[in-house]
Amino acid sequence: MKVKVRYFAAFREAAGTETETLETAAVSPAELFVECAKRHQPLQKYSASLVAINDEMADWEALISDGDEILFFPPVAGG
Amino acid sequence: MKSFGVSTHPIDLAAFRKQLQDRSCGAYVQFDGWVRDHNEGQQVLRLEYEIYEPLAVKEGNRIITEAVERFAVSNACAIHRSGLMGLSEVAVVVGVSSPHRGEAFDACRYIIDQAKVRLPIWKKEYYANGNAEWVNCQRCAHAV
Repeated sequence: MKVKVRYFAAFREAAGTETETLETAAVSPAELFVECAKRHQPLQKYSASLVAINDEMADWEALISDGDEILFFPPVAGG
Repeated sequence: MKSFGVSTHPIDLAAFRKQLQDRSCGAYVQFDGWVRDHNEGQQVLRLEYEIYEPLAVKEGNRIITEAVERFAVSNACAIHRSGLMGLSEVAVVVGVSSPHRGEAFDACRYIIDQAKVRLPIWKKEYYANGNAEWVNCQRCAHAV
């Protein structure tokens, strides 16, 4: 299936891109992040903290579907 | 008045406070987060906040609603700045008004604490030595 991935802040700089569309067999955001870190080596030094699917906060083990947009958020630091 | 917002401009604190005024309230608590000139031994010159606004606003409003329900306060609002900011600028403001002070303090604390760990907001610090780094909140990080 095909999914869209978006990277933010430190992840965007590590991946060298803000968005990409991927063909993947990953079933969860956790699996997908591991795949993305293989494509973009600098991502491997990070542990992702939060993830969203189609603009809703999601669980790392949630099921992803064809056409979903997965948002990977590095550790947040508001305030 | 219950709302969470994001602003690319300096926050008008007088206007912010005014929207929380309420004749049934005897207490108003406000928290301002300022840009500090140092962090972990480094001299900080300025900050940049990146915010994913669609989700930050949605989740921020959830936090405000939780605070109002949990502490039974009358009004609660917060605004977070995005973009580049200089020292001493107000990066975030939280205001709560309620009939009595106890619940206003508690709700204000709840909102800022939750905002720090739940909202898609990232901070880049620019240092006097020329380096710039995204600041990690290790407490909030979970290994995949």
